[in-house]
Amino acid sequence: MPNDHIVKSFDEELKRLSNLLARMGGLVEAQIATSIQAVAQRDGDLATSVITADSRVDELERDIDDQVLRVMALRQPVATDLRFALGALRIAADLERAADYAKNVAKRAIALNQVAPLRPVHAIPRMGAMVREMLKDVLDAFAARDVAKAVAVWNRDEELDEMYGSLFRELLTYMMEDPRNITGSTHLLFIAKNIERIGDHTTNIAETIHFLVTGVPLRAERPKGDGGNFAVVGASKPAE
Amino acid sequence: MEMARTMTETKAVGASSTEAPKFKIKMSGRGVNVHYGAKHALKTVDIDIRENQVTAFIGPSGCGKSTFLRCLNRMNDTIDACKVSGDLKLDKQDIYDKSIDVVQLRARVGMVFQKANPFPKSIYENIVYGPKIHGLATGKQELDEIVEKSLRGAGLWNEVKDRLLDSGTGLSGGQQQRLCIARAIAVSPEVILMDEPCSALDPIATAHVEELIDELKSKYTIVIVTHNMQQAARVSQRTAFFHLGVLVEEDDTANIFTNPRDERTQGYITGRYG
Repeated sequence: MPNDHIVKSFDEELKRLSNLLARMGGLVEAQIATSIQAVAQRDGDLATSVITADSRVDELERDIDDQVLRVMALRQPVATDLRFALGALRIAADLERAADYAKNVAKRAIALNQVAPLRPVHAIPRMGAMVREMLKDVLDAFAARDVAKAVAVWNRDEELDEMYGSLFRELLTYMMEDPRNITGSTHLLFIAKNIERIGDHTTNIAETIHFLVTGVPLRAERPKGDGGNFAVVGASKPAE
Repeated sequence: MEMARTMTETKAVGASSTEAPKFKIKMSGRGVNVHYGAKHALKTVDIDIRENQVTAFIGPSGCGKSTFLRCLNRMNDTIDACKVSGDLKLDKQDIYDKSIDVVQLRARVGMVFQKANPFPKSIYENIVYGPKIHGLATGKQELDEIVEKSLRGAGLWNEVKDRLLDSGTGLSGGQQQRLCIARAIAVSPEVILMDEPCSALDPIATAHVEELIDELKSKYTIVIVTHNMQQAARVSQRTAFFHLGVLVEEDDTANIFTNPRDERTQGYITGRYG
């Protein structure tokens, strides 16, 4: 918005909402980074710290809900202001879900520490780095109201889906090789799935930014990578 | 690249499809200009007013919205320095044509003002005044019927039926405004112009008038000028935003208040300086 509101306290309330979202975004980024680190370094203390800190994310979401409710009731926002208030609500909900997935990654990191390390675990930091970058970019896009950047994040999710799909197939072969790998592989699979889901929430945020800035929804079908949804073990190929 | 192409194919929320429009044009203005002496008050306004819909005119003071409203039943004729040019039509008939009887025009296009202005006469006399001068009724029975029908139409009947001979000026502000609406509909108009009809009313009286406007639109075409944007959002189907004598934007009310196309509209409705 090039201009400020005539009523300055309205601007202050919207600014407070932006600040809350920025804080929540930063906290969720950190939660994801730490949970991935806990997996990679087999660090139970780090994992526990993520689990504990999740309540702060929830608290920020409630603060944002309260602030949006207040703005709606007292200011009756319209046009960009209305879309911003709605967008803030949605983005906070997506961030909260993303943080829940980080918490779940941390829980499974603790479980993984009980079994021998598996080689495919190396894929997790790569996926983690990718989703963190997506989240960082989408939050930057939100701060700058940069639709092009948001759409770029939206398109990048396909790559994350593909990383998940290939890890899925790799883990299947591990489990077939030796049933003792099943426990660890299953936890790794869920960790990868959690990261993939964080990517989906990131694309939701990108869609929200598109609507917030342009006033129209991003309607096109999002390109999706093979998330391993159709992968099966030992399927025989039809004769050619 | 296929991806990038499909991605940009977005569609506006209210974008119309191929289906035929479900409305008729009741009044229209094309290239309407108004000068008050040297002041150019309205600049080349083009607009269609849809039948049986409520159209709201919004904009800052002095933007020309009331001026345009007054063109629609030639209220500006009484101001010597006021010159109106361009095409203004009611049912495709030029209302500024020499053959038009202005009194008849104002019976077809009625008006309700900002401040309730009942005649200093009884409630009954307020209603029958118009039908009498327009020769719409012959006997007392017919007049009685018009009084009841008009007061019911304005949502006032139950409140005043036992005191029809009391003075209209003794009613509350909100009741007086509804009496003026009853007086306007007593002559069976086709279009009702309302110039800030609720600006002197409290929120409850305002709600009664807004509810009435919503009911009236099934029979009449309504054009309302309002400074209260929430009111425009609540009562109208179409909203026109005027600024410095220019009709900046006219669209479905829902579009105007969620995603206006023009920066000036955006600035005005969100409370920013344009």
